[in-house]
Amino acid sequence: MSAPYSLDDGSVVVIVGSGAGGGTLGTELALKGIDTVVLEAGSRNEIEDFINDEWASFQQLAWKDLRTTSGTWRVHHDFPNLPAWIVKSVGGSTVHWAGASLRFQEHEFKARTTYGDTPGANLLDWPITLQELEPYYEKAEFMMGVTRTNDIPGLPGNNNFKVLEAGAKKLGYQTVHTGRMAINSQPRDGRGSCQQIGFCFQGCKSGAKWSTLYAVLPKGEATGKLEVRPNSQVLRIEHDAKGLVTGVVYADADGNQHRQRARIVCVAGNSIESPRLLLNSASNMFPDGLANSSGQVGRNYMRHTTGSVYAIFDKPVHMYRGTTMAGIVQDEASNNPARGFVGGYELETLSLGLPFMAAFLDPGSWGRDFSSALDKYDHMAGLWIVGEDMPQETNRVTLHASDKDQYGMAVPNVNFDDHRNDDAMRKHAYKQASALYEAVGAVRTFHTPPYPSTHNLGTNRMSADAKDGVLNKWGQTHDVKNLFVSDGSQFTSGGAENPTLTIVSLAIRQADYVADQMSKGEI
Amino acid sequence: MRVVEKRAKISRREFMVTSGAAAFIVTNIAVINTEEAWALEVKALKPGTMRTLILVARDIYPHDRLADKYYAAAVMGYDEGAQKDATLKNLIEMGISGLDLRSRDKHHKPYAEVAKEEDRVAMLREIEGTQFFQKIRSGLVVGLYNNKEVWPLMGYEGSSWEQGGYIHRGFNDLDWL
Repeated sequence: MSAPYSLDDGSVVVIVGSGAGGGTLGTELALKGIDTVVLEAGSRNEIEDFINDEWASFQQLAWKDLRTTSGTWRVHHDFPNLPAWIVKSVGGSTVHWAGASLRFQEHEFKARTTYGDTPGANLLDWPITLQELEPYYEKAEFMMGVTRTNDIPGLPGNNNFKVLEAGAKKLGYQTVHTGRMAINSQPRDGRGSCQQIGFCFQGCKSGAKWSTLYAVLPKGEATGKLEVRPNSQVLRIEHDAKGLVTGVVYADADGNQHRQRARIVCVAGNSIESPRLLLNSASNMFPDGLANSSGQVGRNYMRHTTGSVYAIFDKPVHMYRGTTMAGIVQDEASNNPARGFVGGYELETLSLGLPFMAAFLDPGSWGRDFSSALDKYDHMAGLWIVGEDMPQETNRVTLHASDKDQYGMAVPNVNFDDHRNDDAMRKHAYKQASALYEAVGAVRTFHTPPYPSTHNLGTNRMSADAKDGVLNKWGQTHDVKNLFVSDGSQFTSGGAENPTLTIVSLAIRQADYVADQMSKGEI
Repeated sequence: MRVVEKRAKISRREFMVTSGAAAFIVTNIAVINTEEAWALEVKALKPGTMRTLILVARDIYPHDRLADKYYAAAVMGYDEGAQKDATLKNLIEMGISGLDLRSRDKHHKPYAEVAKEEDRVAMLREIEGTQFFQKIRSGLVVGLYNNKEVWPLMGYEGSSWEQGGYIHRGFNDLDWL
């Protein structure tokens, strides 16, 4: 059999979502000769379709379906219907990500054991260790072409990085460099090298940045064993009387619904849609949602302790020129409770264009105090804090009691409150970042609050014990053996690192397991 | 280091900003800016309302280097909106007339004739929580700052890929550290 597949073909693996998890898994399975259908809710926008214009690109690529928010997080106040900035397009959030590719640290897989019993935090150790994932980290770094691995040189530092580096050195920070980035610093894998375009978040026009859209899916499609079906938004997963999944129902571009049968279903819709899909698939057999015997589906939502610091200098910086995030200070990433919190954080360069800076620098702010900052836009440098936030059971994705989407499905609500530990970490990071910039002459610094989340994790977490989470160490649901989760919602802890490399590594490993189990007739 | 020329303002601008009434003429169908030589036809809103709205926009996000025409461009869409949407028209007319009422009370003149920015801003602070103010403010975030003609004036260079990115256009030319 080969692509394209019939709706009635129940022998296929169906993957929901084409991003870091779903796209990688789809191609890995196809390369093993397994018939696979990837259903992507969004359209197939290719490199030539990308736009170097922040708002226009947002309209083109962002997930804009109605979502609601609740809780004390500032996102609820400033952006009540935009809890997350993620992508609805083939390639998922690998289209708009910045490329930062860091491995988790060993202790981050053992968050509960390392950090101890932290009141209010639903900490848990992953059911896998760094050692088990290391071979897959290696494969992922090679596949993605991560700089500073595999003899791939680091990217050159842009103006924003120069400011970061100078300030970091003044503070005595030791581990400062242009990052481990999945962006070609020289031509590789049939893709060109970085042209320092500066619109990484709007889709890479040179293809230097790795994305499943053009670096992975075409390889799977070339085998004839992978069909990527865009404009196919999965609404519900169906199961039989034995409690095994049998297929999915999805809506096409015209809103007509279809049933695609499946041997195995892998959910990779990012951490809001994935739990939403399981909850919306509730049935008599699974009244609390599919695979939710633990009650943890949707819970433990993490978005990293984030925030940004922008600094104004007397001289021009033009931070928007070049890569958005090729710059990092890693000294604060280790666990050092003497600072007043557990877990660590990375400081990574970040730039926004003028339109987004106006929207996000200080949401709601106005008057000369604010406009005088934008007057110095081209004198700004900026960084983003990425820190480990605490999983809390009450930080969760639930189905809205009454609001329905265009297909009649309950919309997701994201409830979030910062943990005391998150607050303490953020305060520390803001202070350090301001000090860094002031050390090299910043005349004014801004503590920008977290944006709508670009890192969304934890809502279908892995656990050793079925009562503590949704998935086993393979991303297979505890309750339904032919149902998997393949995106960042698997994460038991958030770590201090950008999640994509770990998602990709888990997907490569999951592909090995799924193929093995299929060959043994287990699933 | 390659810097972006942000065209210098004429020194009269400072004078004009604080006595904005001098540059604007309001007729029964249009708002005319005599200093910048442009006119804006106003169909659904009162031209006086539009003139005041332009000043409110500047007071919300004041940039001395930006001519009135950019603020006008940012709010002129409300006239078109008001042609189709009676609720919107009402919101804006009521919002502006409420502001003028406050202003006559405090300063014995309408908002647009109050000379000092800080006096006008104080009145805006009083209505900060209103739906009218929030709508105008949030609309300006895009209306003012997403204007491609404004970008170079603020030192932002816009689309980059078709010019070959910044690899040969100063991505790392910072020379003062």
